[in-house]
Amino acid sequence: MALLEIQNVTRRFGDFTAVDNVSIDIDAGEFFTLLGPSGCGKTTLLRMIAGFDLPDGGRILLNGEDLVERPPERRPMRMVFQSYALFPHMTVEGNVAFPLQMARTPAAEIPAKVESALEDVRLTGFGKRYPHELSGGQKQRVAIGRALVTHPSVLLLDEPLAALDAKLREEMQIELINLQKEVGITFVYVTHDQTEALALSHRIAVMNKGRVEQLDEPSKIYGFPKTRFVADFIGHINLLSGSVSERRDGVVTIDVAGLGAVRVATGSQPAVGSRGTIALRPEKIHIGAKTPSDSADNQCRGTVAELLYMGDVTVYKVATPGDTRIEALLANSQSGRAKFFEVGDAVEVSWAVDAGHFIEE
Amino acid sequence: MRNRRLVLWTAALAGYAFLYVPLVIVIAYSFNNSRLNAEWVGFTLQWYDTLFHDENMLVAAGNSLAIALVASLVSTVLGTAAGVAMYRYPARLLSVLVLAPIAIPEILMGVSLLIFFVLLNFTLGLVSVALAHIAFCIGFVAIVVRARLAGMDETLTEAARDCGASPWNTFRYITLPLIMPGVIAGALMAFTLSIDDFVITFFTAGAGTVTLPLQIYSMIKIAVTPEVNAVSSLLMLLTLALIILASKISPTLLRSE
Amino acid sequence: MSVVAARTGSRLGRWLVSGPPTLYLIVFFAVPSLIMVLASFRTPGEFGGLAPLVEEGKLDLNLESYARFFSESVYAQIFLKSFWYALLTTLLCLALAYPLASLIARSSKRYRDLLLLLVILPFWSNFLIRVYAWMIILGPNAALAKTVNGVLAWFGHEPVPLLFSAFAVLVCLVYVHLPFMVLPLYANLEKHDLALLDAAQDLGANAWQRFWRITFPLSLPGVYAGAALVFIPAFGIFAIPDILGGPDDSLIGNVIKQQFLETRDWPFGSVLSIVLTVTALVLAGLAAWVARRNLGAPSSAKESRA
Repeated sequence: MALLEIQNVTRRFGDFTAVDNVSIDIDAGEFFTLLGPSGCGKTTLLRMIAGFDLPDGGRILLNGEDLVERPPERRPMRMVFQSYALFPHMTVEGNVAFPLQMARTPAAEIPAKVESALEDVRLTGFGKRYPHELSGGQKQRVAIGRALVTHPSVLLLDEPLAALDAKLREEMQIELINLQKEVGITFVYVTHDQTEALALSHRIAVMNKGRVEQLDEPSKIYGFPKTRFVADFIGHINLLSGSVSERRDGVVTIDVAGLGAVRVATGSQPAVGSRGTIALRPEKIHIGAKTPSDSADNQCRGTVAELLYMGDVTVYKVATPGDTRIEALLANSQSGRAKFFEVGDAVEVSWAVDAGHFIEE
Repeated sequence: MRNRRLVLWTAALAGYAFLYVPLVIVIAYSFNNSRLNAEWVGFTLQWYDTLFHDENMLVAAGNSLAIALVASLVSTVLGTAAGVAMYRYPARLLSVLVLAPIAIPEILMGVSLLIFFVLLNFTLGLVSVALAHIAFCIGFVAIVVRARLAGMDETLTEAARDCGASPWNTFRYITLPLIMPGVIAGALMAFTLSIDDFVITFFTAGAGTVTLPLQIYSMIKIAVTPEVNAVSSLLMLLTLALIILASKISPTLLRSE
Repeated sequence: MSVVAARTGSRLGRWLVSGPPTLYLIVFFAVPSLIMVLASFRTPGEFGGLAPLVEEGKLDLNLESYARFFSESVYAQIFLKSFWYALLTTLLCLALAYPLASLIARSSKRYRDLLLLLVILPFWSNFLIRVYAWMIILGPNAALAKTVNGVLAWFGHEPVPLLFSAFAVLVCLVYVHLPFMVLPLYANLEKHDLALLDAAQDLGANAWQRFWRITFPLSLPGVYAGAALVFIPAFGIFAIPDILGGPDDSLIGNVIKQQFLETRDWPFGSVLSIVLTVTALVLAGLAAWVARRNLGAPSSAKESRA
C-alpha cells in the first residue's frame, strides 16, 4: 500500500476547476514532484494534502486513513512554505523548537532535538539569530529544519527554491537530494521548473489545467512524453504533426507539412489517416554539411535560419524548403570554436528512426 | 511655478493655523489673570489652583477615569475578537454591528440607549455610561486590529498550524504577539474616546452622575470661568500624550483610520 | 483566505471569537435601536417617557407621532435647515481641506507622517474644548469681535454679535469636522501618479485645467468619502448649536435632545431620530454607491486593486 493515496480529488472555485479528478499514489521514501505551469493546480493539491484546504470530491489517505477529519495541526505532514514563513518575533531556535512545544515534548528534551535539527541543515551556531538577520538560503534551511524536527512522515515543499538565485539554487538542490536520502522521509515537491524536477525526483507528475498528464520517472517523461503538452513543457522539443500515411513492422510514417514523410519507430498502432505527432529532441538530430549514407534515417536539407549560442551548447534553427523549422543542438565541446555553422549556411539534418517518439492525438 | 507653491503653502499654513490657534488660545487664557476670556491681563496659576480644589471637578475626573479604564479594557478584548473575526471570516452581521455606531450621528445611539435603560428600569449612572462607551469603542479597536492583521503575513498562521499549533495556540503564540502593538494602540484610542465623549454620555448619565466633559458642559452653559480653560488644557495634555504614545507603539495607527 | 479558514477552522472557534462582540452589540446597539423604532409608535407617558405598551389588555400602538411630524411643517423646516448647515459645512471643509491634503500628499516622506499627525491631533482634544475655544474667540469682548465691529462702526453699521449666531455655529462645525475631510482626501491624493500631470502639461494644459480636468476628477472617491464623514455627523449635531447658537439656530439634534430631556415626548423624539437615521443611512448608501462607481477608474498605474 502506498504511503499517501490521492483518490479522485477534485477542487473547484466557482466555475473554475483547479484540480480535476486527480489520483496519485506516493510511496514511502520517495522524492515525488508535482510539476506544471502556474495555475495547473499543483499548489492547490499540495495545500489539500497539508490540510489548508478540503477537496470538493475524492479522498486523501495516509496509510489508509482518510485525512478529511484532521485539521492541519493534527496531520503528520510538514510544509516548507515558498516564503519560508519564519516567525519574525522568535529566534532560529525558537522557530525550530515551536513544533516540539506544540507536540508537548518535555522541555528538557527540546534543546537537544533543536540542536540536532540545526545540524541536519548545517546551521549549527545560528540558534540565537533572528530571521531578519539571515540570508535567503539560511532562512530556507531554518524552514526545512523546523519542518523536520518532529520527524514527520511526509515533507511538503512549495516551490522552496523559487526565491533563490541560480547558483544558490543549484547548491540547495544537491543538499535537498542528500537530505532526503539521509533522512529517508517522503518528499512531495511542487515546482514549475522542469530542470529542477528532472534533477531531484524519483517520479514526476506533470500537471496541466488541473489534470495529471503523465506520471513517470524523469527519464521516461523526458524521453517518452505521452502528450503534446508534456513534450512541449519539458525541455526543448520539435513537434512534427501530420496524418499517418503508413504503418508497417513497428514503424509509422507521418506526412508532415513542409517536411515530407517522417518515419518513427513506435509500439503504438494508429490507424492510417489518423493524426499524430512525432516528438523529437534537438540533441538527437544530427546536423552537418554532408549526410551520412544510412538511408533508413530521416533526413532533409535546409538553411540555418537562427542560432543561439548558450555557452555549453549552440542551438540551431534550420529552415526547410517547405518552411518548417527544425531545432537541432550541438555541444560546443571543442574549445576555441564558438560556432560550427553561420546563419545562411546550407546544412543537412538527419535523425534515426528511433530518435523520435510518437504521440497519438 | 514658484508662485503656485507659495499659494499652496500659504493656504495650507492657514489651514493649520485655523486648526491650532483656537486651542492655543484656550491654553493661553488658562493662565490669564482675568475672569473674562477677553484680554490678556497677567500671568497666574490661580485657575489651576481652583481646579484642584474644586470638589465637583475632581469627582467628575475620577468618574471619567474609572469609566474610561473599564470601557477601554472591555472594548479592547471585544474589539480584538471582532477585528480577528472580521478579518478571518465573512462576518457580515458583526461587521455591520461594529461599524454602524461609528457611522451614524452619535445622538441616535445616545437616545436609543436612554430609552433602553429606562425601559429596563436600569438606573442611569456610571455603569450605564460605561456600557454605552464600550458599544462605540469596540468599532474603533476592531478597525485598528483588523488593519494590523491585514498587514501581517498570512502564511505565518498557516506555518504555525502546520507545526501542530491549534487555532488557539496559533493565536496565542503567533498572531497576538505580532498584532500586539495594534491592540495596545486600540486600547489607548478607546481610553481617549471614552474620556472625551460628550454626546452619548449626556444621554446615558442620568441626573446624579457627572463626567469631565459633562462638568465642562455645565460650566460653559452656566458660569464660564477660566477654570474651564485650565481643565481643558490638562485634558488636552493627557490626550496628546496618549495619542503620541499610541502612534509610537503602532506607527500605522493613524493610516488605518 | 477567509474562505479557506472557514472550511478548515472549527465552528466552535468561530463562535467563540465572533460571538461575544456580536452578542454585546446586539444587546447594546441593535436592541435599543429596535426599541426606539417601536417607541415611535407608542404614546407618550403621563409624566413623560412612554406610556405602558399594553393598556387594558390591548397593544397601544399608533401613528400619532408620525402624523404630527408630517403635519407640522416646522419640523420639516428644521430638517431642511440642518441639511443646509451640513451641506455648507461639507463644502467649506472641502475648500479648506483640499490645499492641506494636497500639501501633505506632495511633501517628502519624512514630513508626511508628522504633518498628518498635526492634522489629527486637534481631533483628539475634547470636543467641548474645541467648541469652547470658539466661544472665546467670538466672544463680544475678544479681539476679533472688537475688530469686526470697529470696522463696521466705521461704516456706520450696528455692531454685529459674532457669538450665538448662525455664523458661530457654521465656523465651529467646519472646525470640528475638518480633519475628517483631510484624511480621506489625503489618502486619495497620495496615490495620484504625478506623471499624469506632467503628461497633461506636455499636452498643453495650464495649471487650472490640470487641476480641474485631471486631479479633481481622480480625487472624487476621496471627496465622497470625506463628504460622507463630514455630512452625516454634522447633520445630527446638537452640542454646537446648543452652546454657540442663538435661539433661532436650533437644528434637528437640538430638537431631539429637547424632546427627550425637556419636553419628554419620547415617541415624538423617536420619530425625529428615525427620520434622521433613515436620511443618514440613505445618504451613506448613496455615497458608497457613487464611490464604488467612480472607483472603477484607477488613479495611477500603481493602483491595481481598484
